[in-house]
Amino acid sequence: MSSVTTNGARAQRGWYKRNEIAITPWLFLAPAMLFFAVYVIIPIGQSFWISFHQWDGLGEATWVGTANYERLLGIGEQNIDRKFSVSFWNNLKWLVLYLLAIPMGLFISLFLNQKVAGIRLYKSLFFFPFVISQVVVGLVFSWFYLPNNGLFDQIVGLVGIDIKGGMLGNPNTATYGIIAAGLWPQTAYCMILYLTGLNAVDPEQVEAARLDGAKGRKMLWYVILPQLKPATFIAFVVTIIGALRSFDLISVMTNGGPFGSTRVLSFYMFEESLSEFGFRMGYGAAIAVVLFFIMLFFIVYFLWSMYQDEKGGH
Amino acid sequence: MFPRPIQQQTQARQIGYQALLPFALILWLLPLIAVFIFSIKPDADFASGNFWGLPSSFEMFNNYGKVFFESNMPRYLFNSLLITVPTVIGAVALSAMAGFALGIYRFKGNLLIFFMFIAGNFVPFQILMVPVRDLTIDLGLYDTITGLVLFHVAFQTGFCTLFMRNFIRALPFPLIEAARVEGISEIRIFWYVVLPLMKPALAALAVLIFTFIWNDYFWAVVLTQGPDAQPVTAGITEFNSQFRAAYHLMSAGSIVAALPPVAMFFLMQKHFIAGLTLGAVK
Repeated sequence: MSSVTTNGARAQRGWYKRNEIAITPWLFLAPAMLFFAVYVIIPIGQSFWISFHQWDGLGEATWVGTANYERLLGIGEQNIDRKFSVSFWNNLKWLVLYLLAIPMGLFISLFLNQKVAGIRLYKSLFFFPFVISQVVVGLVFSWFYLPNNGLFDQIVGLVGIDIKGGMLGNPNTATYGIIAAGLWPQTAYCMILYLTGLNAVDPEQVEAARLDGAKGRKMLWYVILPQLKPATFIAFVVTIIGALRSFDLISVMTNGGPFGSTRVLSFYMFEESLSEFGFRMGYGAAIAVVLFFIMLFFIVYFLWSMYQDEKGGH
Repeated sequence: MFPRPIQQQTQARQIGYQALLPFALILWLLPLIAVFIFSIKPDADFASGNFWGLPSSFEMFNNYGKVFFESNMPRYLFNSLLITVPTVIGAVALSAMAGFALGIYRFKGNLLIFFMFIAGNFVPFQILMVPVRDLTIDLGLYDTITGLVLFHVAFQTGFCTLFMRNFIRALPFPLIEAARVEGISEIRIFWYVVLPLMKPALAALAVLIFTFIWNDYFWAVVLTQGPDAQPVTAGITEFNSQFRAAYHLMSAGSIVAALPPVAMFFLMQKHFIAGLTLGAVK
């Protein structure tokens, strides 16, 4: 009896040994893939499915076909969902203005790329805002923007500008106020990317270019920036993702107001699915799917760039 | 070096630069400095409209004492810790294994799986929100720390695998071949050869994930409610409604909530930055 089991075990070990190189990667991948499939990959499919239903999250879901999308985009006789179009345009504002973090980060990194006493501490203190949670950044900036008492209101008051209701209370300025708050940590992030990149710039090339008479802006554009390309790529990726993920700041600073003027798609989706206005999961899922496709456009571009690198590298 | 080192420029410029540095820093951190001053002010200053001036009395211990002893803040901080630490361990462990598999072995679908991890990592949270919330409720884990941890581990694994795989790719492959020739099993190669070399990557990811998870707000709101399981980012809003318009306490609370990742950053700066640049910029 016992000899049988040892034989079996030996045969098994033999089989494993023979196929070790083929099997091991799958053994190592299994837990990560399981988690990722259950919590990321499958939910994406489920959201697509839910978006074709009307569902309050508790009872039975009713199939409604593309009705949610028609209502959202205003296909047929209905008008486009006004909240959706406001959110969409705000998302575009975020995308465009958030990209300012890249040149601003580059500028600060050039300013700090010196070797003087204490510069290391300066660099880390400049990076500080990125480490703080967006919730706290949002709170800090909402106090900064307080009407009348806020420092911002007092400073612009000096030059005679008076924003009715304060920066965040005025529907015309609120979104820009939030974006400015978001730019603060994002610029810090881009700065650190460029500082690391500048460290790796080839000093011989710089010296050679200097001998050829290049300096200042020309040097930056033709010699330095091409060498900073990897840093710029990552800065671009994280900034785009950050812009489209904007949720915390809006939730903390204005909660979508005033009059819904600061909603973005991610916030609108949350509001439709999980707020006091009711649990409209199907409609929320449809918004999420639209946001997903916007993001997918960038994801495909990122992956394509990485794939080119991958092919070149090996 | 670019820009030209300041040491090669005129004396006046050097002094100008040195003077500009602290000035620029104060301007950059002005919002934070203001909040810190808020947090040591007495209540009366806000009532009398002295928002941005110097505090009329020093109330630091009073204000922070209230945060720690008269609110749910310690509970929220503890929850954050209970959420963050297991997530860091879980995500780093899973991704070290996945990164090893993807970085060392050639097999069909390797690149496809790798790109799946990257793509999943960039997906908007909202497309996961409804199904993940349902799943968590079905598992009976809604409003529990475990529920949050499981999701965070899964999601962060995407980013961590990207990082780990690239790091392992850069290791000297002959080392592994030599171990194979010696007849060492693959699992032992992972444990005794690769893992020790991965220490910098493990450290970088650990600090980075710590910060990401500590600062997470969206999933905390979606998957938890109330002081039983909510981390400090979500708790601070409840704290703020408890002390509505009490700016001295709200700012003290915010600083307390922000402190742990800040401490982590200053202690582990080098690793942190290596992680942020995704190992792509050296």
